[in-house]
Amino acid sequence: MTPTLTERMDDWGRRLAPIATVLVLLFFGLIPFGVPGLPLIAPAGTQVAVFYWAVYRPDLMPPLAAFGLGFIQDALAGTPLGVGSLAFLILHGIAVNQRKAFIGNPFILAWLGLAIGALAAACAAWALSSIILGGFIPPERPLFQALATIALFPCFSWVLVRVHRGVVH
Amino acid sequence: MREPGYRFAKRLAVPLRGFAHRFVYPLLVLGAFTLMILGKADLLLIERMRATMADALAPILSFMSEPAARVADGIEAGRELIRLHDENVQLRRENERLRQWQLVANRLERENVQLRDLARLIAEPPATMVAARVVADAGGIFVHSVLIGAGAKAGVGKGNAVMTSEGLAGRVATLGDRSARVLLLTDLNSRIPVMIESTRERAMLAGDNSHVPRLLYLPSTAQPNLGERIVTSGDGGNFPPGLPVGVIAETSGGGPIRVQPFVDFNRLVFVRVVDFKVEGPVVQTEVPRGRERR
Repeated sequence: MTPTLTERMDDWGRRLAPIATVLVLLFFGLIPFGVPGLPLIAPAGTQVAVFYWAVYRPDLMPPLAAFGLGFIQDALAGTPLGVGSLAFLILHGIAVNQRKAFIGNPFILAWLGLAIGALAAACAAWALSSIILGGFIPPERPLFQALATIALFPCFSWVLVRVHRGVVH
Repeated sequence: MREPGYRFAKRLAVPLRGFAHRFVYPLLVLGAFTLMILGKADLLLIERMRATMADALAPILSFMSEPAARVADGIEAGRELIRLHDENVQLRRENERLRQWQLVANRLERENVQLRDLARLIAEPPATMVAARVVADAGGIFVHSVLIGAGAKAGVGKGNAVMTSEGLAGRVATLGDRSARVLLLTDLNSRIPVMIESTRERAMLAGDNSHVPRLLYLPSTAQPNLGERIVTSGDGGNFPPGLPVGVIAETSGGGPIRVQPFVDFNRLVFVRVVDFKVEGPVVQTEVPRGRERR
């Protein structure tokens, strides 16, 4: 039996939910709330979301999606194009390659995986941005942002688990 | 019954798909590096891609930032409520002082008009102004720039001065139809010709991604004091002279002289894009990102 139009739309909605969550977090990270310090920790959510979906639903978060989301982030944030894509691809690569170790094992392992990914992504983004922009960028802020990503991983995961169970299945 | 051609295509597609799956990740990493190299080479194509993407998503960001602005207002209102009394006293005092200044300003303006008439000075063309909302602020981790929700269609031009009521915030670096990217004073690649207001000694205000940009190429005889006002010099022909920029914040320690901008970059919600229609002797060409060497 072929599914009806509404069924198919519903199915597509569920399939697009992982990418949509990253997009929503990305937009929220860019909106100026006028709160000092918030823009520094807000982008952490997008990295956690890319990592989470690449571990639990790699079929719905293909590498091409990670690349595209990074491109959108770069275009809107004004960072050199390609840097955000590479950062997401690093997280995606670690998540997909080690997903067997993360699934079914204590949560701390996934946390460790994200920590390595976030630090590697921050280092790569910092070094490449410094080269492309032609000057030494103080490393404190990217480092602080990576640490914020690691620290906030449990909070963002909690939300993503709810989305995963409630919407995506 | 399916055609043989379809079967052939399917037989070919399966190994192709496997091939693609295996190589898609390295290809995408390569793609990211290609984008970086093309961006470094300053291809117009990359600029266009960025502006188109920003144009396409600016309305969504603008829609989302409206409630955000209200949240920001709410936070600000709360802050104001706490120091309401002190502020009232201060404002009343300031009001008194400003009223006296107003008298002085009126007198000076009349005098100015008369002197201009006497000297037959050609009046400067009136500046055009576009108010815009900041729709995206990346927080200054790698770049200090913001996206505003007005572009070429609203009359924004490349190189225009971007101001708040406090002073100069930056200039328009990339222009789209409905959005524009503003390079802030504090960005690594921002260079603004400035001068010390009292002595008119020229210098270059150079951002370095910290919140206090450096003052370069100041004459060695100049000895600026802490708290001295820095304004645009008008050199290069992009901005008129005299736009307020900041005050000297650091002079000692053998390090660079640093300037504290008047603009609070943490609370950049609305800005004014001003086209002063200045045409100096030298038309400033856009310095491509990253090309500049010190």
